[in-house]
Amino acid sequence: MKKYLARRAVYAAVTLLGVSLSIFVILRVLPGDPLVAILGVEGHARMTPADRVRIMADLGLSDPLPIQYVHWLVDIGAGRLGKSFFRGDTVAELIMHRGPITAEIGVLALVVSWLVGLPVGILSAFKPNSVPDGIARTMSVLFIAIPGFWLGMLIVLALLFWFGYKAPFIIVNMWEDPWQNLQMVIGPAIVLGLAQGAYIARMSRSCLLEVIGEDFVRTARAKGLREGLIVMRHALPNALLPVITISGVLLGFVLGGSVAVETAFGVPGLGRSLVTAVIERDIIVVQNLVLLYAVIFVLVNVLVDLSYAWLDPRIRYS
Amino acid sequence: MAVRAADHPVQTPDAPSVGGRSSIGAVVRELVRFSRRNTLSAIGGFVGVLIICVALAAPLLAPRDPLKADFRRMNKPPDAQSLLGTDQVGRDTLSRVIYGARTSLFVAFSAVILGTTVGSLWGVACGYLRGRFDLYSQRVMEILQAFPDLILAMAISMAIGTGLPAVIFAIAITRIPFGGRVIRSVALSVREMPYVEAGRASGASALRVMIFHVLPQCLAPYLVLATTHLGVAIVIEAALGFLGVGVPPPTPTWGNMLADSITALVPPWWLAFFPGLAITVTVLAFNLLGDGIRDTLDPRLSPAFLRMMAGGRRG
Repeated sequence: MKKYLARRAVYAAVTLLGVSLSIFVILRVLPGDPLVAILGVEGHARMTPADRVRIMADLGLSDPLPIQYVHWLVDIGAGRLGKSFFRGDTVAELIMHRGPITAEIGVLALVVSWLVGLPVGILSAFKPNSVPDGIARTMSVLFIAIPGFWLGMLIVLALLFWFGYKAPFIIVNMWEDPWQNLQMVIGPAIVLGLAQGAYIARMSRSCLLEVIGEDFVRTARAKGLREGLIVMRHALPNALLPVITISGVLLGFVLGGSVAVETAFGVPGLGRSLVTAVIERDIIVVQNLVLLYAVIFVLVNVLVDLSYAWLDPRIRYS
Repeated sequence: MAVRAADHPVQTPDAPSVGGRSSIGAVVRELVRFSRRNTLSAIGGFVGVLIICVALAAPLLAPRDPLKADFRRMNKPPDAQSLLGTDQVGRDTLSRVIYGARTSLFVAFSAVILGTTVGSLWGVACGYLRGRFDLYSQRVMEILQAFPDLILAMAISMAIGTGLPAVIFAIAITRIPFGGRVIRSVALSVREMPYVEAGRASGASALRVMIFHVLPQCLAPYLVLATTHLGVAIVIEAALGFLGVGVPPPTPTWGNMLADSITALVPPWWLAFFPGLAITVTVLAFNLLGDGIRDTLDPRLSPAFLRMMAGGRRG
């Protein structure tokens, strides 16, 4: 187990190093002059050469690229994430201020996806090809196809039209006013959770059906156990592993999707600041936020792998 | 593994050529059989083809110019004159949805074909050559997959500018690792088959073996991959447009229309509803079609098999 842990950690570290390098290459090397990227061609042309040199030096953009890259990594190690070019907030402040909202949305979406997806999957597998199974499968196909941000827009519009309700749009933290905070995060969490729940329902149904066909389930049935007990106690634990894996993969959808869904709901989370930064071409903010998203995604998948190894000895010892 | 690969249908480039009429007949028969077995997928395929036709025939079908503002008819709800209403500057929503299909489908198709092709060729090389090349390539794919799709696409399209080609390129990059992974696993199994070994033994170069012996075997999984990723590509394109970092306005795309609609204080429902409905129906159609194609062409891409490949439960 220790060896497995160590190998997984090394792989994750290498991946993250590669991730940071590719972010750097994408954002610094591809566009040519970063000042043109920040200010646009016109703005760039309007500046005096002295101004250009000063701003470049100010942003640390005039060093050779490899040195800039090393500086960036050292800065991250030291907890200095730079600051926004347009707004003067430091990136660290941005993350502290808005990160909790996005994290809450992500965790709640995960909870919703399991609360909805797993029972639906179990019900489907209980009586495959029955009417409830048909409905469940149709719904899951539908929810996989509906773009979350559109569903979000429709929910916001419907609430506004029919109830004149609008969620609070100033950041309220959970520890300050839980009720206001909940109103802010519940919408995005449900929308994202339903889409993930659709995948989970699909996955748990097919895994359960597969397990139910196996010998030990037949044995359980032969000794006269109730069907409910067979599924819950014998089949389900064996079918859960792939569902956990897919949950880790789905986090990528949640992280990416939350960017669009936050915008649709008007929730001022981290995703919104990423979008703003991309539109304003605020390179420092974009590079650090994209890295943050990737780091979270990679770490969660390491956790999923570890839980997998913990649950399944065959992986631990191979 | 090898046995599984051997008994699944393979398209060979030198299949006996049949006369025009009977081959059409064969195609029709095959289609009918496919529809009988996968009714939902057939419906999905039909709707998909219909949407592609609408996109191609947009100039003929659209009742109005999608870019022409009409200040006498701003923010009109659906009526006889404009069936899906008009937007804030009086542009006809129906025409914009029809033209939007053009942009959205063009971007999605180009991106998926580009990304899946590059990924698949890469995957064939990885699976066939193995060794160090494969090891390093797998790390690169892992790095690409470490980013959430939408966020990677946003970063790339920001770096290389927001035009149609930039958006296509950005989405294509996010599709590469999927092609790479799946096709690599196919190539890994195909390379062990006797006929490939025979090719090697008769002195064919690695490139020749890959192109003439391994590549044809990858056609079926390639098609499956491409269809299943079309839906994802359409959603990413729409999301980019919605966030304002996709194909720049005034080009009508479904995402751009949704973005336009929420700039209003109280967005008119028809502006928020119809473009999203178009996205959903299109994605649904291609997803259903993809499921059917997967079941028919390539049992190896069934969820059970993929799980087995990923080291999960035995399939």
